[in-house]
Amino acid sequence: MKAPRILILHAPGTNRDREAAWACTLAGGEPEIVHINQLLAGQRRWEDYQMLVIPGGFSYGDDLGAGRLWANDLYHRFREAMDAFVEAGKPVLGICNGFQTLVKAGYLPGPPPKQRVTLTFNRRGLFECRWVRLRAEPSCRCLFTQGLEEDILCPVAHGEGRLALPDEATRQMLWREGLVALRYVAPKDPRDAGNPSAAVTVREEAGYPANPNGSVDDIAGLCNRQGNVFGLMPHPEDHVFPQQHPRWTRGERGGLGLILFRNGVEAARRFV
Amino acid sequence: MDRIYRVEVRSRELTEGDGLLEDIAALGIAGIRRVERGALYFLRGALTEEDVARLCEELLVDPIVEGARIGLASDPVETPPGAVRVEVGLRPGVTDTVAANIMARGRLLGMEGLRAAATGQSYLLYGEVGRAEIEEIARRLLYNEVIQYYEIGPLTPHVGIEPPESEARAERIPLTQMDDEALLRLSRERLLSLDLAEMKAIQAYFQREGRDPTDVELESLAQTWSEHCVHKTFKGLIEYTEYGPDGPRTTPIDGLLRTYIRAATQAIRAPWVLSAFVDNAGIMAFDERYEVSFKVETHNHPSALEPFGGANTGVGGVVRDIIGVSARPIANTDVLCFGPLDMPLEELPTGVLHPRRIYQGVVKGIEDYGNKMGIPTVNGAIYFDPGYTANPLVYCGCVGIAPRGAHPRQVQAGDLIVVLGGRTGRDGLHGATFSSIELTEETGITSSGAVQIGNPITEKMMLDAILQARDERLYHAITDCGAGGLSSAVSEMGREVGAEVHLERVPLKYHGLQPWEIWLSEAQERMVLAVPPEYEARLRAICQGYSVEMTVIGTFSGDGRLRLYYDDQMVADMDMAFLHEGIPRRHLKAVWQPPARPSGTPSERPMDAWMLLVRMLAHPNVRSKEDVVRRYDHEVQGGTVIKPFTGRWDDGPSDGAVIKPLEVRDSWRGIALGCGFNPAYGEIDPYAMAISAIDEAVRNVVSIGGDPERTALLDNFCWGNPSLPDRLGALVRACQGCYDGALHYGAPFISGKDSLNNEYTDRLTGKQVAIPPSLLISAIALVNDVRQACTADLKAPGNPLYLLGWTRQELGGSYFERLLGVPYPNPPQMAPAGPATARALHEAMRRGLVRACHDCSEGGLGVALAEMALGGGWGAEVWLGAVPWEGPAPEDDRHILFAESNGRYVVEVAEQDAEAFEAILRGANVPFGRIGWVRSERMLRVHTERKGELLAVPVETLRRAWRGHIPWGEVEL
Repeated sequence: MKAPRILILHAPGTNRDREAAWACTLAGGEPEIVHINQLLAGQRRWEDYQMLVIPGGFSYGDDLGAGRLWANDLYHRFREAMDAFVEAGKPVLGICNGFQTLVKAGYLPGPPPKQRVTLTFNRRGLFECRWVRLRAEPSCRCLFTQGLEEDILCPVAHGEGRLALPDEATRQMLWREGLVALRYVAPKDPRDAGNPSAAVTVREEAGYPANPNGSVDDIAGLCNRQGNVFGLMPHPEDHVFPQQHPRWTRGERGGLGLILFRNGVEAARRFV
Repeated sequence: MDRIYRVEVRSRELTEGDGLLEDIAALGIAGIRRVERGALYFLRGALTEEDVARLCEELLVDPIVEGARIGLASDPVETPPGAVRVEVGLRPGVTDTVAANIMARGRLLGMEGLRAAATGQSYLLYGEVGRAEIEEIARRLLYNEVIQYYEIGPLTPHVGIEPPESEARAERIPLTQMDDEALLRLSRERLLSLDLAEMKAIQAYFQREGRDPTDVELESLAQTWSEHCVHKTFKGLIEYTEYGPDGPRTTPIDGLLRTYIRAATQAIRAPWVLSAFVDNAGIMAFDERYEVSFKVETHNHPSALEPFGGANTGVGGVVRDIIGVSARPIANTDVLCFGPLDMPLEELPTGVLHPRRIYQGVVKGIEDYGNKMGIPTVNGAIYFDPGYTANPLVYCGCVGIAPRGAHPRQVQAGDLIVVLGGRTGRDGLHGATFSSIELTEETGITSSGAVQIGNPITEKMMLDAILQARDERLYHAITDCGAGGLSSAVSEMGREVGAEVHLERVPLKYHGLQPWEIWLSEAQERMVLAVPPEYEARLRAICQGYSVEMTVIGTFSGDGRLRLYYDDQMVADMDMAFLHEGIPRRHLKAVWQPPARPSGTPSERPMDAWMLLVRMLAHPNVRSKEDVVRRYDHEVQGGTVIKPFTGRWDDGPSDGAVIKPLEVRDSWRGIALGCGFNPAYGEIDPYAMAISAIDEAVRNVVSIGGDPERTALLDNFCWGNPSLPDRLGALVRACQGCYDGALHYGAPFISGKDSLNNEYTDRLTGKQVAIPPSLLISAIALVNDVRQACTADLKAPGNPLYLLGWTRQELGGSYFERLLGVPYPNPPQMAPAGPATARALHEAMRRGLVRACHDCSEGGLGVALAEMALGGGWGAEVWLGAVPWEGPAPEDDRHILFAESNGRYVVEVAEQDAEAFEAILRGANVPFGRIGWVRSERMLRVHTERKGELLAVPVETLRRAWRGHIPWGEVEL
């Protein structure tokens, strides 16, 4: 069976593309890091790929707001190709700066091009790097988060990751339409910290630092109505082998972020 | 017709802010209740209001949380009642990347009328304060006069102001006819920093050439012969006098570098060292296919002047050193030294930024560059001492990885001289000296030269392009533009073959630069490559692919001369041999006299052991730096196997970091990083400081799984003025310690750097103060299998605890001494059993026998045990009688607990492995004691032989102290 080809989009300042590519490889895909200039010059074509990853980093240095200028690229330079990719139902994954980009270009929660929500400065006003625990919302139709028996443990590393909404109606819409894919969670019993099972009882509100940025309703990841476009602030690509776990020397295991990439690659197979 | 629009963007929501209110309160200014920040954009051109509205919608405003106020810059600006408006802008000529991005997007959006953009910040301060207080707030917190200007009220924008046209010509300096006095005056006035012997050597050369030099030639020589570039102190001939018990003894030293530092590396002859002291960074073998490189630099004076920019470009500079050995940066390190954060304003020396401001700016600068380049910042330290108030230290390190043999070093005649990356401006010209010139509106352009402004994204793009060029083998040599800019890079590369450069081809940020300014500019994010002409087109295609600017500025000529042209004027023509070897050798005097320390039985403050321990943990130098370290991305690249924090709650200390490079897919090999730094020992004896710094750096990497027989070292000296014999004498002692310490462990130096003249003269009192003697030793070690790496947190109750290595009566410079306020005579000396201990411990780790390991450093055994307990969330119980003690029995049991002797580790082993573990130690003749056990009761209990329980402290108290929840000042008797 041929592996799906995965477009790992690279803009000036992208820096987590190599890890994302490695996670895609481990998940059975065939990733290629492609600079936006290669697409603009016609050296690479969107239609040759079955999955898209917009990885983390600081595209354009976060000038004018994280993801803003890359979103501007998607909107003005790649609109048709991007819309076709999304409408075909191909999996699209935005991580951190990629999530910010998809939100600001209107693809999340969608439909584009209207920006409906935002990712803005963390509640504490600072960049933070720490590990978080993510739980999939069972009612969500996101193709990436289906069938997760374990919570995902992985780091966040951002300064502008707080999901903020314009109004209560938007909040209700996100929940009603099943667009909330992942939430930050904190086990109710601290002794459960070492158990990644998704059956572990969690607190009603994660609170800081479990929710590291103050996102509304502890939301860490969103998808679109089709469930094929998914974005999250944390970095599942940075937990693909056990020794990346912050407490592996204490014997703690599990909660790999690889499952999200596996689900994406599986969904991409039907487009091969 | 050009118009200037003003756009002010404000958030509609209230966030917790970034501590500005607290900073204002810390200035002692009461009455400010609230601060609102806003972003300012000034857009100039043939624009309509609709154009500006569109730019806001597309670029400037987040519609969900922000709102904008658009108007002409000349319109009145409304300020809400009860608020004072303060606005800050960049001086003309200072790099403004946001404005550059707005311009680029304007073109993309087809907005031809947009001609220039500028940015700024606005602050609304709510409360009742006078104008003097507002000015104080602005000056202390909101702006830095070196790069910015401010106004109370709406800002007058400087948008699109071009510097005046001026003719670019080289000037002749009538130097051949000058007498000694005139030569010295010239050196002083042009900020050349050359002494009389050097000026006379230059004069003699040009007398032989039969002409006067141009300004370009003179500046080139001053740069090439600068302390920073040629290390004249470390290469100089020293007459060294040491006062021992038998009186003074004087010996000549034929260069510190040659006699001690390089000599150590040569004596150790490690076959795995691939490059030491030759390239931009030291290089060691990683495996058959890869090599790792490591470099540490300092950026002290720029950080004192403009903390954010100084630290920012410090990181950028050391990263370029790694790119300069054709490697991909995979980890950053940083060690920072500041004055006390709570220093009263009235004690601050004149003209010096407050330590709090320097600290905040430096941390932000490091965060910005490392995070944006996607390099994990994984190791370092923060150290506070009043001696660093006027002269902070910023050590920035970078580790790289490259395929072996991928770094070419052979410039060939006919190769093109290619500049990649950023454009050239007046950045960093003559560095810090500009800060003393009064800045005015007119000198805006000039003043921008005083500091360097970084752009990490430009460097990241350049890195991406260069790695591809490396893999396609498109260049013969590469080096970075650091201190001395093109002058340093091109003359260094063309040293053997010669170079011909056309300065008018160098792409500039703005016009008006004189030829010597182009040649000497320290503008950031530039690399120079030697490219065979047949590869020029391919390299250009790669650069275009990454949107990186590439310019051919000349040729490596083959005639051994440095020839520079500006248009058709020849502005320099010198012999490369003279440029590089013409410098007369320095003759220096050094004196070492041990400082007088009060002897006898000191009467010390009574303090219980538990109180001492809690206060040590809460000490600003010891306690957790989590609030800073979490602002550095330590996870990017996905290879951080041992992280800065560890343990049950991810908040206990690590001894260092272990990285498994993403490049290496088919093995579990990695690298360990650690560092040793203890200026307090240096105040007593710099020799002991060097020995201890090496020991600590080695202990750090061994504790986490590094192989002590594959450990390399870096030395970074920050010192005072070396022309003062006492400063130089201390430096000699430290170098001697470096030699002995490195040989002791068989750990070679692969790279090093010195930053001298770290002194500050108070303009009012005339008092000259040097920083404490500061030697940073960084260690890099191979980890054969990262799955055998180890952390410090206690793992399971019931496991025995061991202390490895001798403890001795060594409390000089210790935290015990510091807290009791009385001097002790002996700083820690070399641990003879250190290397055998490290090897045995490593063997035990490779056999999977070690559950936890932590070295004893600041605060000795006591702090080590406390840190292991608070990280693991378990208690521990130990008996000091079981500690291997060397020397006469101590009168005070606390000495056993807090001595800072070298070569020691606390190790947790599973009960069933204890026998095998002890067998390894006995076999290697390692001193050790089974000192106690991990306990489920969350208490740290320490027993003595004579008096029973010495201390019993809840682990939660230790944890709160170390995490900074028990403020330093409140830990009282």
